[in-house]
Amino acid sequence: MSLLEAVVGLGDDALVLGQRLAAWCGKSPWLEEDLAMANTALDFLGRARLLYGYAGQLGGCDEDAYAFQRDARAFTNLLIYELPCADFASACARQFLVDAFDALHLEQLSASADPDLAGIAAKARKEALYHRRRSAAWMVRLGDGTAESRRRMQQALEDLWGYQAELFAPVEAEAGLVATGVLPDRAALRTPWLESVTATLEEATLAPPSADWGVDGGRQGLHTEHLAPMLAEMQHLHRSHPGARW
Amino acid sequence: MPLFEVFVRPRRGLQHQHAGSLRAEDAELALQYAREIYTRRREGVSLWVVRSSDITASQEDDAPAFFDPADGKPYRDATFYELPNEVKGL
Repeated sequence: MSLLEAVVGLGDDALVLGQRLAAWCGKSPWLEEDLAMANTALDFLGRARLLYGYAGQLGGCDEDAYAFQRDARAFTNLLIYELPCADFASACARQFLVDAFDALHLEQLSASADPDLAGIAAKARKEALYHRRRSAAWMVRLGDGTAESRRRMQQALEDLWGYQAELFAPVEAEAGLVATGVLPDRAALRTPWLESVTATLEEATLAPPSADWGVDGGRQGLHTEHLAPMLAEMQHLHRSHPGARW
Repeated sequence: MPLFEVFVRPRRGLQHQHAGSLRAEDAELALQYAREIYTRRREGVSLWVVRSSDITASQEDDAPAFFDPADGKPYRDATFYELPNEVKGL
């Protein structure tokens, strides 16, 4: 894997999650949460733009081409980011799992041997720490809430648990960049991640799932059935009016 | 859901000023929403949120007694001082 491909993969993680979060604007429990969800979505969209912009400097294409002119097979985001998470508890649970990962991952990435990538990560990390605070509070509020909110939150964790494995699964193609200190060793983040997640789950009176299944393939462009319909919606305007400006 | 009043300190050295209100389940959520709604574009350096129900407010009936002082007492007004240029934020 080249540095360019690695940067695009990280950009895809951010873009796909940003699009999923943006879909909550207008559908959250109340207006304040609509704004909070949309703001978080914009944070991820901003991160995607920085990464795609850097990919462009490395010889890639421009950011719109990355976002709007590739099909699902060309996206290399990890699978947890593309899940619809149509229930609010599920959206919060996914966000919590990835925010806890982000906080650790971006800390390491901000010490990357590649100074541009390190700079982008340092910028994103400040947001990630806020995101984690926000999503952890929702875990506790819903987990230690009503019987119904607790049931939904526990179910969301069970449904998502097999997807967290991919956050830490070593990808053979990344090994070279890990060895040269450009990318963090994601497998090494599993233990501190599990500690931080478990602490919040305990506070939320939720049990960490014991699921023994796990998925992977995102970094190779092998996706769930959910990504293509999301991209169709996200890309249709740009593809219907190629080159349009406003 | 309880209503909270939001106060933003625009920058160091200035006092917190009332910015608006919002609804939230609890104070932590209110603080996060205040950050989302009122300070995302560098509007402030510090936030307070307080439950609206914890504010004791004057009533319409109080207006004559509270806010309509007797005329002809200019010596009560602090208008006879020259403010040094260095004093800002007054």
